[in-house]
Amino acid sequence: MEITKKQFKFNWRRLLFSALVLYVVFLIGPIAGLDVPAIVANIQSNPSQLIQFLIIGISNGAIIAIIALGYTMVYGIIELINFAHGDVYMIGVFTSLTTLSLTGTLTSQDPVRIVLGLIFALVVSVVVCAVLNASIERLAYRRLRNAPRLAPLISAIGMSFIIENIGLIWAGQSWLVPLFGTTGGASQKSFPDMLGILVKLSGFNGGDVNLFASTPLFTQWRLTLNVKDLLVIVLAVSLMIGLYLFVQRTKLGKAMRATAQNRDAAKMLGIDIDWVITATFLIGGGLAGAAGLMAGLYNNTAWWFMGFRAGLQSFTAAVLGGIGNIQGAMLGGFLIGLLASFSDGYLNARWTNAWVFTVLVLILLFRPTGLLGENTTQKA
Amino acid sequence: MNKRFFALLSVLVIASLALAACGGAGGGGTATLKIVSSLPLTGSSLTQTQTIVNAMTLRLEQAGGTACGGKYNVVYESWDDASAALGKWDPAVETENANKAAADKSIVAYLGTFNSGAAKLSIPILNAAGPLTMISPANTNPGLTKADKDEPGVTDSYYPTGVRSYSRVVAADDIQGKVAANFVKSLGATTVYILDDQELYGKGIADVFEATANEIGLTVLGHEGIDPKAADYKALMTKISTSNNGAAPDAIYVGMVVDNNASQLLKDKVAIMGDNETVKYVGPDGIQTQAFIDGAGADVAEGVYASVAGVPFEELPESGKKFKTDYEAKFGPLTEPYSVYGYETMSVALKAIEDVCAAGGDPTDRAAVNSAVFAIKNFDGALGTWSFDANGDTSLTDMTFYQVQGGAYTSVGTFK
Repeated sequence: MEITKKQFKFNWRRLLFSALVLYVVFLIGPIAGLDVPAIVANIQSNPSQLIQFLIIGISNGAIIAIIALGYTMVYGIIELINFAHGDVYMIGVFTSLTTLSLTGTLTSQDPVRIVLGLIFALVVSVVVCAVLNASIERLAYRRLRNAPRLAPLISAIGMSFIIENIGLIWAGQSWLVPLFGTTGGASQKSFPDMLGILVKLSGFNGGDVNLFASTPLFTQWRLTLNVKDLLVIVLAVSLMIGLYLFVQRTKLGKAMRATAQNRDAAKMLGIDIDWVITATFLIGGGLAGAAGLMAGLYNNTAWWFMGFRAGLQSFTAAVLGGIGNIQGAMLGGFLIGLLASFSDGYLNARWTNAWVFTVLVLILLFRPTGLLGENTTQKA
Repeated sequence: MNKRFFALLSVLVIASLALAACGGAGGGGTATLKIVSSLPLTGSSLTQTQTIVNAMTLRLEQAGGTACGGKYNVVYESWDDASAALGKWDPAVETENANKAAADKSIVAYLGTFNSGAAKLSIPILNAAGPLTMISPANTNPGLTKADKDEPGVTDSYYPTGVRSYSRVVAADDIQGKVAANFVKSLGATTVYILDDQELYGKGIADVFEATANEIGLTVLGHEGIDPKAADYKALMTKISTSNNGAAPDAIYVGMVVDNNASQLLKDKVAIMGDNETVKYVGPDGIQTQAFIDGAGADVAEGVYASVAGVPFEELPESGKKFKTDYEAKFGPLTEPYSVYGYETMSVALKAIEDVCAAGGDPTDRAAVNSAVFAIKNFDGALGTWSFDANGDTSLTDMTFYQVQGGAYTSVGTFK
């Protein structure tokens, strides 16, 4: 705690630097679509759209948050940015799509079978990604655990490329998944809207994917809350609560926290460090697998390159919330989702990334440890 | 054990070196002329570029792999200017390709690029290397050749030696964008929202579209660039859905290539604004590929319009139709319209080499080959009979619109 306090000491240099950044933001802001009167007028003329952007932002943020958890857990425990994590998530998307295809769920007309198929795909995707993530640790990081920190970082980038290329090859195997078509592994693949099909087949909500369809929320305010929005949010929040309880309440969770605080001391207390780290990678990978299915159902795209941007955004979310801090990663994920959604909606889509990273820079300037503070060992 | 491993490794290394040396020394006797292509072969554009590479290979095979009555062997190499790190054309790789070509004296023609942004980088490098002639099957950005279509001095800066060395067999976007705006108006639309992928090509054509739309009385509700790597565009599409005084616009025009998340953009548009009959969705040649339809799903893509320079396969002259038959006999079904342009670039390169020989010149002289390319007039190719102008632009200016019908692009009309 004391260390954090010290970092907040009044500092002329930082003040000057902050002033400079603020100046740049407000100078460049209007160019980048920050036209405040127009935005206010826009919100006044169509206030319900604000809620719509909120829904979109939260759904997107939920997926980012789940991936960010994998980054933050691994960083918390071995202080490694696992660059391959975003690509593990991409493998999750392909695993779910392949499982859905192989079990015949994609072409099924039976709602019960679709539900079972989706649950099965979730399980397969979680298991595959968990094992993949743990294998990456075993193969590429464990031997380098006591090496200079740059070595495992480079090794992580290497793993990221390897997995991306596995995805590239996988997406070209149309004998495995006929849906991949004949256009080769490089192109984007369509992930069928299984939830939409399910709703239509089961007649749930009158066969309309919009849960608000027959309420004044839609008829009067034009608001939509799709089944998939709700599913993504519910699934993400329950995973987060589950993870929080696991880390705080179970023995293994306690061992993880101990390892994160001080690896050597934890070892002395008889904690099996290797197993704890493997477990962390298993859980992180499993979450990425779940996020993979969620993203597939939500955005309906499978692409070998999708892990890169997802990884970058989730890593940013983890840093925003305070790297190593589980609640921080969740908060960061939702914040980035909302920021991107509002920027697309009220500013100019061209500048969305610039705004997201400007906010990141500003927050890190004033709170260098992220919104909720870092949760790692302070090494001398 | 380690020793044995290293011994094995050294043997492998030496063996591979020896093999590589053999490869380089082969083909003595007659001199070899090399033609290379630089196209993005990693990314969604592969669906289009693979057919271009195949067509170039086919054309060279038909010429027997020789030129000037057997005096020269002509070999073709296909280079990739994309990288896995970007998933599309990579500025670093394209620059490296151009430098590599500039340094290899046996290369007499550089066929490419696919993306206008890439051409901007390689034209100056190749211009200073001989100049090594560059013939593109697909670049459509007007400013690459037409000085009056870009900021003053920009076009000239691509040609440091002052000699033009870049030509293309496809009509530029000052024509495509204009025709597209007129086409959208002819669909009955009065309001349009424009999106682009922020690249030289995508933004270039979107700007031409916007300018023409303003001229012909189409109301442009907005023009934005998208983040080509975003996970989704639902918020953006929600905004557009009320941009026309609370309603959706009549049409959306997208200036982009398929690699830049084109399928996802369409998917979110359909999810929020409904099918492509209600709100028309029109794009340029960058999305006229099966990969775009497969990525979005056939039902989602149904009704999308895309323009491509030239005429559809069924309206090509006899030589063009023969190309399609020959191609399909060798490589299977062909739907990608750019393949024939690839075929034509190889024809142009071979024709230039033959012309140099016929005039008693030396085809290993890059400058001579380049002059021969620019001298091509009334060329009887697979695209029809056409000529290059002094800028290196083709005299063919037909534009064909295609619409997705039943999961594939079908031509719906040709415009000038």
